[in-house]
Amino acid sequence: MSNQANRGAKGDILLEIKGLKIEGRADEDWIEIVHGVDVTLKRGEVLGLIGESGAGKSTIGLAAMGYARDGCRLSGGEIWFDGLELRGASDEQRRKLRGHRIAYVAQSAAASFNPAHKLIDQYCEGPVQHGVMSRDKAEKDAKDLFRRLRLPNPDTIGYRYPHQVSGGQLQRAMTAMAMACRPDLIVFDEPTTALDVTTQIEVLAAIRDIVEQFNTAAIYITHDLAVVAQMADTIKVLRHGHTVEERDTRTLLSKPQEQYTTDLLAVRSYAREERQRPENEGPVLQVRGVDASYGTVPVLFNVSFDVYKKRTVAVVGESGSGKSTTARVITGLLPPRKGEVLYKGQALPVDYRARSKDQLRKMQMIYQMPDTALNPKSRIRDVIGRPASFYLGLSGKALEARVKDLLRLVELEPDQYYNRLTTELSGGQKQRICIARALAAEPEVIICDEVTSALDQLVAEEILKLLQRMQDEFDLSYMFITHDLATVRAISDEVVVMQNGKVVESGPKGEMFTPPHHDYTDLLLSSVPEMDPDWLDHLLAEREEMARQGRVLKAADN
Amino acid sequence: MSATDIIPPPELAKPASMACRLGSALTVLIPLAVFAISFSADSASAIAGMVASVVFGGLLYRFWGRLSLPPIREQAIVFCILVYGAFVAVYLEGFSLYPWSTFSGLVSVVVLSMMVAVTWKETRKAPITAKFGLIIIALNILMVCIAPILAPHEQSQVLGGAYMVWGTPFADGGTAWFGTDELGRDYLSRMIYAIRNTVGIAIVTTALTFIVGAFVGLLAASLRGWVDQSLSRMVDVLMAIPPLIFALLILTVVGTGVIKLILVIALLDSTRVFRLSRSVAMNIVVMDYVEAAKLRGEKLMYVIWREVLPNAAAPLIAEFGLRFCFVFLFISSLSFLGLGLQPPTADLGSMVRDSANLINFYQYNKLMAITPLLPAFAIALLTIAVNFVVDWFLHKTSGLKE
Repeated sequence: MSNQANRGAKGDILLEIKGLKIEGRADEDWIEIVHGVDVTLKRGEVLGLIGESGAGKSTIGLAAMGYARDGCRLSGGEIWFDGLELRGASDEQRRKLRGHRIAYVAQSAAASFNPAHKLIDQYCEGPVQHGVMSRDKAEKDAKDLFRRLRLPNPDTIGYRYPHQVSGGQLQRAMTAMAMACRPDLIVFDEPTTALDVTTQIEVLAAIRDIVEQFNTAAIYITHDLAVVAQMADTIKVLRHGHTVEERDTRTLLSKPQEQYTTDLLAVRSYAREERQRPENEGPVLQVRGVDASYGTVPVLFNVSFDVYKKRTVAVVGESGSGKSTTARVITGLLPPRKGEVLYKGQALPVDYRARSKDQLRKMQMIYQMPDTALNPKSRIRDVIGRPASFYLGLSGKALEARVKDLLRLVELEPDQYYNRLTTELSGGQKQRICIARALAAEPEVIICDEVTSALDQLVAEEILKLLQRMQDEFDLSYMFITHDLATVRAISDEVVVMQNGKVVESGPKGEMFTPPHHDYTDLLLSSVPEMDPDWLDHLLAEREEMARQGRVLKAADN
Repeated sequence: MSATDIIPPPELAKPASMACRLGSALTVLIPLAVFAISFSADSASAIAGMVASVVFGGLLYRFWGRLSLPPIREQAIVFCILVYGAFVAVYLEGFSLYPWSTFSGLVSVVVLSMMVAVTWKETRKAPITAKFGLIIIALNILMVCIAPILAPHEQSQVLGGAYMVWGTPFADGGTAWFGTDELGRDYLSRMIYAIRNTVGIAIVTTALTFIVGAFVGLLAASLRGWVDQSLSRMVDVLMAIPPLIFALLILTVVGTGVIKLILVIALLDSTRVFRLSRSVAMNIVVMDYVEAAKLRGEKLMYVIWREVLPNAAAPLIAEFGLRFCFVFLFISSLSFLGLGLQPPTADLGSMVRDSANLINFYQYNKLMAITPLLPAFAIALLTIAVNFVVDWFLHKTSGLKE
């Protein structure tokens, strides 16, 4: 490889950013969003950038390539990449660097690949364009990289279209693509956030190996401290466009200096005591032997579980396991083929349209994406007020008072938020409004569909605590759909593990978190990243050992 | 009950401003005066008009207070009303002949100036093309309202010889500024009436098109299934036939007339609106907030009206502007072909047709030769103006900044 020859020795400074300032456009004005951040990255080193959304992680990551998104501009500071100042460099110079010496791996590979071209065509575009290698050579090289990234069928997978491979595989193909020109620096922007925990492991391991093999420097952007702990040599914690602290991984994890870092570290530790099933009291909600299908494709097979009063049942599984479909059956959006849903012992009509107003009122739902769960043209008073007036017949002053009470309950200042549009809120605030809307109906059961997965971890924890308080206060029962076992540990009483539309295992939380497990439960449990920087090494070694003994734990998409 | 128990409703809490009182008073007084003068001619109409002007003034007073506009904009509205009032006072003779036109002209002045005042933050920053478009549209609307007052003669009045040259004086006074048409009618007056007729009918037709098309489209998207299928296939069939030929066919069968014209064009054009509103709504009905409303047990109409329509409004309003242009042109082309508005009613399309031959006389009289271009120019100007405004609106709602 031509550029590998002139690659400097490990330890040289490759990228140096000094006092970087970035401005973003708000209507007519420019507002500073990154306030003078310094980054120093040596060859072969991995730097983790971590922070909540809006901290400026991705913006800084892109700035390392001398690039600013639409509506942003690099307004100050210097970006030195291997002797070239990128802010002052010409477009032509920067264009030559990008894809060749600096590569970028985006959060959603599915959205970043062009669906109309085969993977290998997209792979070869970079090297051929930059004149690094010929098409034939690039194809051969692609297959080699696919093999190193442990993609199944490395010789043929490149000839598929993006929609024909799974999300985890696509993310690895994208990493291969970034590697195509053997760049000096790769920017990984949340490469595993959109993936299931089980798939995440494979991608993390693949990325780490390949970065090590080629002595590539990398910036790894994520909001998950446990993930970055596996990947990075140094971690930089960002907040509101400022550096909070920067330290090498082990020191940061063991001795954080700042309160914010400590909060981030503690984020997965919230857990509450498990509650036993109430005695001499029947379940509130029962799902009995439900089979369901979309058209002719069967998706659920004999799913059964019970939800008791003031208890939380967590339904766990990776995407495609039928968790959300189960929720659709319960709410009556998808009539089941077989089986029934009982509410306090009485069968509910299978179609929500046939249910009475009271039956609908007692079961409310909170959605995964607060952005799409709230009408962007509605005001908060209407969003929360509607269920209160619709079910409980409140109006006028009583309604206003009730809405304000609910806002207070979800910890939003009533007078400030009462008249706002739903679009004028942050993600966490929106989710609070969704909770208030559900509570406004005075329900007995709330179905929470991945309610925290679209939120930052600290915000997510606040939401979980809020839900817990609401449960204690109003004797609510929750059916909690999630793929995140930290969430399960935090608030559930019972756990139902689903895989491929079947219930694999179910039982009280304490039992589920102590071995022995069903293979799939074990896979799920062991795949949750831990703050320990050696966790991934240990896990991989353990799995290899198990494979030698003939017990293979593999995610569905491998 | 103590005094503190009585909490005034918010909209009355603030005393109405001086400008608000003055403006509202003027909007009552101006038409009242004009109707009073016309009382001897038609007392029943005058009484109805007086009631209408008092009602409008009252509504304005209530509404104005709720807007809570900055004083300078309130004064600007009052200024517009005053200017209109001054015109009425100066040309009182003309205005008092057509009291209803005077009244509707005042209503349009109030409504237009108020719309500009409310959206001033946005309109101030609008590109020059959009401002130009807004002015042209405003002038057209005003013209629709007060055409009889503006026009020096009646649209069907024969005043002199056929094809009189520009600027020839009529025998009984007045001047044929744009000459006369093939029957010796004043071309300028006919132009003014033609804009009223064509634009007025186009507005009514477009409104009807949208009420029908958007409602059925949203219904189809919300209900899905066989309702959607059958409606969509019906629309496909209607759309498969070229609209002009189809309209000619129907109008030949049912006969011509303003109402029939409006209904036929509205039906044919609503298919396009149906398509658009259905496809826009399709992306909205799958959103979680619509699902949440359905699961709450809301009725279909609530879901359509409160959850879907507000989110589909932006593309629909943009389409309204474009559709208005097409309807406008459609009426003109039908009139050109002889199946639109029937003589002696003036309309832009048939005016082009009737005077089209004059173009051949370019070498003898240049001014006469461009006469048929005047109605064509009026059509083009309004169409372009609407497109400018629609472009600006689309640009704003789509969130594009550059």
